[in-house]
Amino acid sequence: MFEARGLEKVYRMGEVDVVALRGVDLDILEGELVVVLGPSGSGKSTLLNVLGGLDAPTAGRVRWRDHDLSRADDRLLTRYRRDHVGFVFQFYNLVPSLTARENVALAAEIARDPMDPAEALALVDLSGRLDHFPSQLSGGEQQRVAIARAVVKRPDVLLCDEPTGALDVATGRLVLSALAGVNRDLGTTALLITHNAAIAAMADRVLHVHDGGIARVVVNQRRAAPEELAW
Amino acid sequence: MTALWTKLRRDLWQARGQATAIAVVVACAVATSAGSVATARALARSRDLYYARSAMPDLFAEATRVPAAVAGRLAAIPGVAALETRAVGDGRVTWAGGMARVRMISVGPEGGALGRLRLRAGRLPGAGEAAVSESFAAATGLGPGDRISLIANGRQQPVTISAVALSPEYIYAMPPGGLFPDDRRFGLLWMDRPEVEAALDMEGAFDQAVFRLAPGVHPAAVADAVDAVLRPFGGLGAHGRDRLVSHRFLADEMRQLDAMAVVLPGIFLGVAAFLVSVALSRLVASQRMQLGTLRALGYGSAAIGLHYAAYAAAIALAGAALGVGLGHALGAWMSDLYRDFYRFPLLDYRADPGAMAQAAALALGASLLGAAGAVRGAVRLQPAEAMRPPAPATYRPTLLERLAGARALLSLPARMSLRGLARRPLRAALGTLGIASAVAVLVTGAFFDDAVDFMMRLAFQESLRADASVAFSRPVSRAALHELRRLPGVVAAEGSRDEPAVLRRGARSQRVAIGGAEPGARLTAIVGEARRVVPVPDEGLVVSARLAALLGARPGDRVQVELLSGRRASGELPIAATVDDVLGLTATASLDTLRRLARQGDLVTGAQLAVDPAARPSLDGALRNRPAVAAVSWRKDTIQSFRETLARTMLAMATMLVGFAVAIAGGVVYSAVRASFSERSRELATLRVIGFTRVEAWRVLVGEVALQLAAALPLGALLGLGLALLAVRSFESDLFRIPVVVDRSTWLFAVGVTVLATLLASLAALRWIRRLALADALRSGD
Ligand SMILES: Nc1ncnc2c1ncn2[C@@H]1O[C@H](COP(=O)(O)OP(=O)(O)OP(=O)(O)O)[C@@H](O)[C@H]1O
Ligand SMILES: [Mg+2]
Repeated sequence: MFEARGLEKVYRMGEVDVVALRGVDLDILEGELVVVLGPSGSGKSTLLNVLGGLDAPTAGRVRWRDHDLSRADDRLLTRYRRDHVGFVFQFYNLVPSLTARENVALAAEIARDPMDPAEALALVDLSGRLDHFPSQLSGGEQQRVAIARAVVKRPDVLLCDEPTGALDVATGRLVLSALAGVNRDLGTTALLITHNAAIAAMADRVLHVHDGGIARVVVNQRRAAPEELAW
Repeated sequence: MTALWTKLRRDLWQARGQATAIAVVVACAVATSAGSVATARALARSRDLYYARSAMPDLFAEATRVPAAVAGRLAAIPGVAALETRAVGDGRVTWAGGMARVRMISVGPEGGALGRLRLRAGRLPGAGEAAVSESFAAATGLGPGDRISLIANGRQQPVTISAVALSPEYIYAMPPGGLFPDDRRFGLLWMDRPEVEAALDMEGAFDQAVFRLAPGVHPAAVADAVDAVLRPFGGLGAHGRDRLVSHRFLADEMRQLDAMAVVLPGIFLGVAAFLVSVALSRLVASQRMQLGTLRALGYGSAAIGLHYAAYAAAIALAGAALGVGLGHALGAWMSDLYRDFYRFPLLDYRADPGAMAQAAALALGASLLGAAGAVRGAVRLQPAEAMRPPAPATYRPTLLERLAGARALLSLPARMSLRGLARRPLRAALGTLGIASAVAVLVTGAFFDDAVDFMMRLAFQESLRADASVAFSRPVSRAALHELRRLPGVVAAEGSRDEPAVLRRGARSQRVAIGGAEPGARLTAIVGEARRVVPVPDEGLVVSARLAALLGARPGDRVQVELLSGRRASGELPIAATVDDVLGLTATASLDTLRRLARQGDLVTGAQLAVDPAARPSLDGALRNRPAVAAVSWRKDTIQSFRETLARTMLAMATMLVGFAVAIAGGVVYSAVRASFSERSRELATLRVIGFTRVEAWRVLVGEVALQLAAALPLGALLGLGLALLAVRSFESDLFRIPVVVDRSTWLFAVGVTVLATLLASLAALRWIRRLALADALRSGD
């Protein structure tokens, strides 16, 4: 589904160039759940952002199905994000002035074929908290609202940047099972960045990123259920 | 500490748009303040220098035909250092192409010992010659070498203009009975003493004495002694400079300038302080984490407080630097304007470091005051508290949404805006107030135009309805009007009577010209600000509200009236009504009332004419040939003359004010939109990531701004009326009273500029949204 060749990303910081990605080649298949591991500053987020159309690569090509993301302008990238991509970030990024349902509706209203927001919230087991504002929800619950908001549009890809980074173990598990559930039940391709090697066990494949490149790819024979993960 | 300074520099650079907007407002405040103070000081300095160089008298006394021998007794009064007596009288002049009233004043050798003439062209007048006032020369085109014909005391004599001159006693030259300087139809004629005496048949007598007092002597003490000497000769009461018409109007104008140096910058600085407060509290809120880190690293309260205070100070000082330069140029421009207006022989305008420093200090103070709240918040923030990512803000559905069915009607962005505003009502109110202040400042700047228009309409259309006003050189019988009615083009003629008089009530007194009118007059009317016509009373006086206030009198009260012409009759008249008219201090009575008071026949001193416009040239000619006619003023000319003098300076100021108002409105609105943007940048980034297009995300932002704008417009209109009233109060003088009149076009202008500025700032926001680095904006909790 994704096909990246020679992907490069250089940040120009005045006099110095910071190379975040140096020649990444990558293929991701439909329906896969991929975990991305790597030390801090290795370029994981940069890669995810390029795949999600938030950032344009400096060089190289990246295709999503028949879309050339590396050549697309803002209008096309917006369209791409709107129709095909769901994002989940470490800091939930919910709109604090909207309730859980409204946060999800925000994405549903601009999607082509969305689910009912309540349905999306049921998927992440939050049917009881529809009319709560973010301030009335725990971190894990907020993150699950964020997941519901990402999946309500029935995206083709789910891109998650350290979704459990701010959560404790038990809550992290809940969030991960929600993600795994979406991947399993809706067949959504999912990329999940984490610092936690234990999470890698739930993936189909694990990408090890190092210094702006993919150092190693590990294929799991069996995907562990999030409930089995120990960290 | 250098790290903190670097941070300060970066923070400022990052917020450069907003910082510039605030600095512009500060600059406007500093410029008006420094500029007006410097101008006021330059005017005062120039006036004092002019007075000193021309030996401006300290005391003035008028009487009628005082024998020359009396001068010795006046000179002997203790405290009198120098004395000059003059022969003074009224007449009229005609020349090819014009006619005007003149005041003849005798001039001593070398331009006089006191109130010395300053020649601008030509030489002092000899026999058969006269010097004319410069403003009169400029308005009529007369100059040295021109011949005019002088009619005084019923006799005509040819006079050659030998010079154009200035006198410190007539910086403002008001025509007798007039309400404002009218240089086209009133001039001063300085002639050799024997010439004036001969023209007025008063050989060996004087009717004005001016005094220079010994240092430290109070004018009031000497005035009493002078009055005692002159009383038998109809002395009108000696007075100091404070009651000299010219000096008084000049002082009024300077007071207005002083007021302007306080009121307008005060308003502007208030707006600037407000902008600083909003910008800085947002900055502090957005830098919570950084603040916590700084605290954790060991930076103390003082360092942190200083850091944010320095942020505000830097903006204020940048604005002040700009404002000081602008203020200097502005002061030079205003001084030039005033110099031309007053015809000061010299103008001592210089850069005024004191005024600049004062304005800059005020700006700094206001800015720091605005910053105080945010700085206190930053200093008080506990490190542990600051390091925690901020808890998501608590929101609730607004009242509006809880109304049945209302919620469904509101789009999600609308709900975001409403709830955002409802959660921080104070901030929303302040933001609204900011935009409202833009509207208000615009109204204050622009309404002067309307007010002057209204003033002119009231004074020259609704009050003065006659096409032409004729003044006779001496009182004539009312029957003489029949003769006027027979002149070509005259459709109607009504008699009027101007009586210079002193009104007294208790210890208060005021010199005015009482206007006498026919009770059923159609060509003049007494009209107040509400455009209500006050009928000419059968008994008593209708006076300007301001005059009544000066006398401490109210309708029904009786005032002592002393007529200053003829037999100096006096009596008591009731105040029948007051009228809030706009030009001058007026008092009106019926012709019958004046006749009873003067105990004289049925006399008029002038006539109001309705004239067929086509007949003007022939009528002009016919009137010129009548020695009884001292002056003819055509309403059209009067209006033009007003436009060229008073209205011109006033409107020039107003134009400048409008310029500032537009700059300030731009700054305020930009700041408001920018603040909304920075507060919501994270949300906007989220929306963009979800798939909102730029324009869709922009609409969410603009929705909030639009709500504030909608609330700000009516509020700003109210505020604008308040500010206009404040400005008008501080500008009021005996010469005129500016009414608060705001035309629809001014409302439209104020609202239009604000809306346009908001629109432009909102368009800029579209650019900010484009530049929003999505990935970065969502990276951290900060
Ligand atoms: N906007 C930016 N400007 C400049 N440099 C950047 C920017 N974003 C990322 N970088 C740099 O690019 C490199 C890769 O950053 P990236 O955020 O992709 O790392 P990461 O693997 O996600 O790290 P972490 O695990 O800490 O999130 C880093 O060296 C970072 O400093
Ligand atoms: Mg990262």
